[in-house]
Amino acid sequence: MKRTILYFSIGILFGIIMIKSEAASWFRIYEMFQFKSFHMYGIIGAAVALGVVITQLIKRNNMRSFFGTEIQIAPKPKHIKASLYGGSIFGLGWALTGACPGPIYVLIGAGYLPLLVVFVFALLGTYCYGLLKPRLPH
Amino acid sequence: MLHYSHYIWEIYLTMDLILATWPWYVGGPAIAVVLFLLLFSEKRFGMSTNLKTMCSMAGAGKKIPFFAGDWKANRWGLLVALGAAVGGFIAATYMTNGSVGMIHPDVVTELNQMGISGAGVEFMPPELFGIEALTQPKTLVLLALGGFLIGFGTRYAGGCTSGHAISGLSDLQWPSFVAVIGFFVGGLLMNHLILPYIL
Repeated sequence: MKRTILYFSIGILFGIIMIKSEAASWFRIYEMFQFKSFHMYGIIGAAVALGVVITQLIKRNNMRSFFGTEIQIAPKPKHIKASLYGGSIFGLGWALTGACPGPIYVLIGAGYLPLLVVFVFALLGTYCYGLLKPRLPH
Repeated sequence: MLHYSHYIWEIYLTMDLILATWPWYVGGPAIAVVLFLLLFSEKRFGMSTNLKTMCSMAGAGKKIPFFAGDWKANRWGLLVALGAAVGGFIAATYMTNGSVGMIHPDVVTELNQMGISGAGVEFMPPELFGIEALTQPKTLVLLALGGFLIGFGTRYAGGCTSGHAISGLSDLQWPSFVAVIGFFVGGLLMNHLILPYIL
């Protein structure tokens, strides 16, 4: 129960940040790909810069979680082709809809109901990847 | 001693800062806080995995090995996604003064020429995300196509903006760096070469 509230609350915080920082805004994503604003680069850059510090501090000091367990950070699978091809395919969708998988939920909650279409087809896309995975280069 | 009205004025100014659009130097570090909270809660920051979890929940694992396994281990992610929707509602309903951040004038002009209005005035373009968009066949096709590319691409790449760009880059992961290059290859291609013809 305690954990349920914890994860749900982190989600609420994330949703608020996505709206208030406008990282979930179609206009901001469009502007970013046009290189006409520093806003999105500043957001991602600042998040990653602080993220590197947080992640390295955790790893070097073997820091423990809120529950007293050791924090495990699993490395990403070294699939370079999959990262590049998959990343590019996602990029096409990101620039078209202005939404990443996180903001899809945020925007539906904020009342932009056409995102439900994006959501349903994102599920279908994920399903098709699972179906085709054995035949794709990784 | 200060008059009490001074404190009311202070509260008013603070409220206005929260209600207005947050600058990048607030938004960026706030995302790092989310990363911190998830790592210290024994989890990781990655939103696209939820799409796989939901496919598994719906029984896709019976026929496709990729979706097999215990989806309940990822229930926490669904809670984060549900919270994200609630957070979106709260921010859009109670934490706004109706203003949005300024969009570069060149972008506003360009979008207007492409038939997209609302830049710098509304949070989202009504032509694509207003309720009436649901009755426009062309817009529905674009949204469906975009959704499919997001779902397929993120799972193929093994992560999205949160899993690769924030979590992965923070952990100095080489595959994440490649994935982020891919995000921009696809994004720039769509934005510059495809969007002008399909919007």
